[in-house]
Amino acid sequence: MQTVDLLPLVLVLAAVAYGLAYRRSRAVAAPLGGIRNLQALPAYYAARAALWCALPALVILGCWAAFEGQVIQGRVMASLPAELAPQTDGQASLRLSQISNLAAGKLNPALVPEGVSGAATLLQELREQSSRFKTLLVILVAVLGGTFAWTRIAPHINARKSVERILQCLFFMCAAVAVLTTIGIVFSVIFETVRFFGKVPVTEFLFGTSWSPQTALRADQVGSEGAFGIIPLFTGTLMISAIALMIAVPVGLLSAVYLSEYASRRVRAVVKPMLEMLAGVPTVVYGFFAALTVAPFIRDLALMLGLEASSQSALAAGLVMGIMIIPFVSSLSDDVINAVPHTLRDGSLALGATQSETMKSVIFPAALPGIMGGILLAASRAIGETMIVVMAAGLAANLTANPLDSVTTVTVQIVTLLTGDQEFDSAKTLAAFALGMMLFMVTLLLNVIALKIVRKYREQYD
Amino acid sequence: MRLGTITNPMNSDVVKEMDMPNLKEVSAPDERPAETVIEPGKTVGMPFTANPRFQLRNVEVFYGENPAIKNVSLDIARNEVIAFIGPSGCGKSTFLRCLNRMNDSIDSCRIKGSLQLDGQEIYSPGRDVVELRARVGMVFQKPNPFPKSIYDNVAYGPRIHGLANRKSDLDDIVENSLRKAGLWEEVRHRLGAMATGMSGGQQQRLCIARAIAVSPEVVLMDEPCSALDPIATARIEELIAELSENYTIVIVTHSMQQAARVSNRTAYFHLGHLVEVNDTSRVFTTPEHELTESYITGRFG
Repeated sequence: MQTVDLLPLVLVLAAVAYGLAYRRSRAVAAPLGGIRNLQALPAYYAARAALWCALPALVILGCWAAFEGQVIQGRVMASLPAELAPQTDGQASLRLSQISNLAAGKLNPALVPEGVSGAATLLQELREQSSRFKTLLVILVAVLGGTFAWTRIAPHINARKSVERILQCLFFMCAAVAVLTTIGIVFSVIFETVRFFGKVPVTEFLFGTSWSPQTALRADQVGSEGAFGIIPLFTGTLMISAIALMIAVPVGLLSAVYLSEYASRRVRAVVKPMLEMLAGVPTVVYGFFAALTVAPFIRDLALMLGLEASSQSALAAGLVMGIMIIPFVSSLSDDVINAVPHTLRDGSLALGATQSETMKSVIFPAALPGIMGGILLAASRAIGETMIVVMAAGLAANLTANPLDSVTTVTVQIVTLLTGDQEFDSAKTLAAFALGMMLFMVTLLLNVIALKIVRKYREQYD
Repeated sequence: MRLGTITNPMNSDVVKEMDMPNLKEVSAPDERPAETVIEPGKTVGMPFTANPRFQLRNVEVFYGENPAIKNVSLDIARNEVIAFIGPSGCGKSTFLRCLNRMNDSIDSCRIKGSLQLDGQEIYSPGRDVVELRARVGMVFQKPNPFPKSIYDNVAYGPRIHGLANRKSDLDDIVENSLRKAGLWEEVRHRLGAMATGMSGGQQQRLCIARAIAVSPEVVLMDEPCSALDPIATARIEELIAELSENYTIVIVTHSMQQAARVSNRTAYFHLGHLVEVNDTSRVFTTPEHELTESYITGRFG
């Protein structure tokens, strides 16, 4: 049987074990005067039996599925006659696909050497054997596990404790998935970054003022020298994020104040979901809104005022990005403002303060840490945004303070460095990982600060 | 009906629930003895006084369609301490909150009748709520100091009403208010400390100082001691006695001993009706209405 077929089978066995153990535990309890004389409820004995039945079998199934292929491959390759044995990795994989295609019947046996068809037969045989053994072993383990749990159904054995322990482990493993993934991502980025710094010095990367990522194909090529200074990229990122925050923070905050303090329940019920919908618009859609509507408008406006402006500008990207992150600020601030205890609001109003005085001098200061958390979240979102910038701000890495100029950001450069056919050992490609690392560190820092502020806020009112 | 459990007459202050407007409580099943009938608008005792501060006539309050206060008429005299007592959900807090329009923020709340403070209608359309609340201060059930320094808490009201022209004036107001609230000696060396770090009793006295810092004429107290321990409660009660020299005080309480100790007059509310109002000593010794008697002897509530 295949792995996919065995999986439901194991689950069915576990269900059977559950049912049997449930009845068994009731039967054990009956002569003692009911289930209250057991150390745990029948459902716990049953759950333990089901877990004992399913978990070991699933672990074996998983391991088998993970290593089966490699073991079979190794034996098949070893069986090849010496003259057909591959010399390099490339040859090996070529030979292997030849063998497996032959085994699958996609290749005419007359076209391949003698030894290869022998290997294909061996492969077929090994696969069948493996499948048989796997099925037998898994069923055996499941039945043994279930039987073991069956024998452990006794009034003095507390099944609840062991079930709780197993579940605790299960929860831990689920939590570990997220953590391990993060660690995995960090390490993969770190290794590539270290390789990049082997080719380009750290100081040049961090303090260089010119960004022109290219590597020469020939030594005598024109412009063969690439420049990897991230300062233009970071100033671009910062400028666009700053413009976005200048839009999003006041608009978001004031709309949060309106929603939480002034809006009637009916208005709030309509406006709040609408505002949150802004966060659901795909960034690509924002991107063409920025590129086709906002950017030309800004250019025309600037030209009318006698300013020089390019058709792609940091201002356009920043404005649209600001609209995009409004809901982060408004929605979080609204929640935080609503979380300020009602007694404080009443206390201020009862002293004769108006609604806006109450807002300004009592509620806002009390909610400030939470609001800061929301703003920092919005900021890390703005820094990580790519699509709008690609479409509206351009690709040119200009070191400029003029928001009407076209600029580029860290994320955009990562995209351009890694799209298309790339060789993964040139400084140009590896630079993407170094940029990613820098970006990761900046947003991580922002998130840590945001979390710290939010936590401090929580302590105040709990 | 819990008629079988007559115990110590003065022992029903264990009830400490929030007396916030609660529709379910208002329409809770009638617990009064079956033979007792309340005539709407008919209040036993002496609800009216000469030259009152508050003149409240035929007041009705609704939450949506549910009546919470049914045709209540009452005078509140100058410089008296009047206590509102009654079982949970009887409307005493609702009635109290009408006196400084704190019910305004509840959308479904409607108020009928005439409520006058010094001859002026509280609920007239042109009435400035800010001015009203500056004259009628309020202390809440749970101490609610602002998360600011002790000084800023007390200075909050004077600042928004522009009561002090100079820093030294403000300092004086803060000191006087804290002195009146009996808190000055405890906090004079840490006025800059966070108010939320004080004990519950201190916080409640701070809230009283904060309320009297704007020189109100009336102080409304909505179960001011229900979150405090007996010692802190005793401090607040002493304070109420001192404050009654200068302010009209309306206090809602679940503790009948407290009503007996601090008030001159006591008003007994039952299911939205004002059943009996009289001098406190008379209410607790010779109640005229059988519902009042049942309540103060602990048959329900």
